[in-house]
Amino acid sequence: MQTWIDALSWLNFGFLLKGLAVTLYISLVSIVLSFILGSVLGIIRYSKIKFISAAVGFVIDLVRNLPLLLIIFFTYFGMPKIGYRPSAITSAIIAMTIFESSMLAEIVRSGIQSVSEGQMEGARSTGMSFVQALWYIILPQAYRHMIPTIIGQFVSLIKDTSLATIIVVPELMQHAQVIYGQNANYIVPMFAALTLLYFIICFTLSMAGSYLHKHMAS
Amino acid sequence: MINILNHFSNELFVGFGWTLLASFLTLVFSLIFGIFIALLEVIPHKVANKIGRGYVEIFRNIPLLIIVMFFYLIVPKYIIQLNGFTAGTIGLFLYTSAFIAEIIRSGIQSVSGGQMEGARSTGMTYKQAMQYIILPQAMKIVIPPLGNQFVNLIKDSSILAFVAGFDLMYQANAIASVTFDTMNSYFIIGILYLIITMPLSYYMRYLEKKLA
Repeated sequence: MQTWIDALSWLNFGFLLKGLAVTLYISLVSIVLSFILGSVLGIIRYSKIKFISAAVGFVIDLVRNLPLLLIIFFTYFGMPKIGYRPSAITSAIIAMTIFESSMLAEIVRSGIQSVSEGQMEGARSTGMSFVQALWYIILPQAYRHMIPTIIGQFVSLIKDTSLATIIVVPELMQHAQVIYGQNANYIVPMFAALTLLYFIICFTLSMAGSYLHKHMAS
Repeated sequence: MINILNHFSNELFVGFGWTLLASFLTLVFSLIFGIFIALLEVIPHKVANKIGRGYVEIFRNIPLLIIVMFFYLIVPKYIIQLNGFTAGTIGLFLYTSAFIAEIIRSGIQSVSGGQMEGARSTGMTYKQAMQYIILPQAMKIVIPPLGNQFVNLIKDSSILAFVAGFDLMYQANAIASVTFDTMNSYFIIGILYLIITMPLSYYMRYLEKKLA
């Protein structure tokens, strides 16, 4: 019991919370960036522009089928090769954004495709241009359907930020490792705290997702 | 790059093998366990429902890395000695089971309803109806999402690199640290992952279209 009290002292717990703040920061920035980039890429892939859509689609498929860990290493070691030396945090954000954008692009593409049949022709026949039809008719419906899936993707993004510990990003997992690295007896309390912190965040978000899923369906 | 292929072909081959083995073992066991958890969630028994649901919610909402590290660091310290590969594969198994259970549960629920009542009214017991009527239909619906989960599993198996699991990712790090040629090492490993995952995910997309 004393070990638990020592392990989760204010000093240590504060250090964990600092890590949590970095985790949330990386997640939030990556979520915003990959939502924008993923939407653009998904729409390009759906639009069937000559060569461009096929090329974008191929790159999305390549990235989607690689492990995130490999992409984290690629950005971390590859960026300096092209003359840009980001901090570990920025490097993690870039890697997460590349990976999650490709996942979201696929969600957006299939979301659009599932509503567009018929709707697109209907909209076009009223005299709307392709872009108008997409913007005013298709996208609003498609995004409504996609919200739960997208939230699910964000939950996995938050969980995946723990992988960034391998390039020594000072996030939650890393800070826990620092603490139990100093005293091996703290390892169980640290894992309990880690599990609880990640679970609270991800579970809340998941619940919001399934609430919206039910809400949207009715 | 040719240098790496020449000197480390053995390591690459071994890594490829361990990645496939971890993915295959995890797939088989988590398919069985996932069906079991999904059944717990749908049978008419309140306590079983809660247990099944609880399992899925817990394991879906914590990072895989924590589960794997738990089996690599804590279990050997207090309970039983495990090597990196075993610890990693057990972690992958528990994590993937939750996702597979969720896929199968929604598959079962999408065929249930009328089918179950129909089967029961012909005199079948609940178990018979589940086994002969509901599950066979559900399994057909869930093939594409299960395939996508398998692709995720292969990618997730790179977590073994954290626990010295000898898989592709681990070999990439080992080769990079010997040759200092990081980009080429990771590039080759990336291609090896794509050789496994790309055909699978294209095939699943084809199946999705065909079944729709």
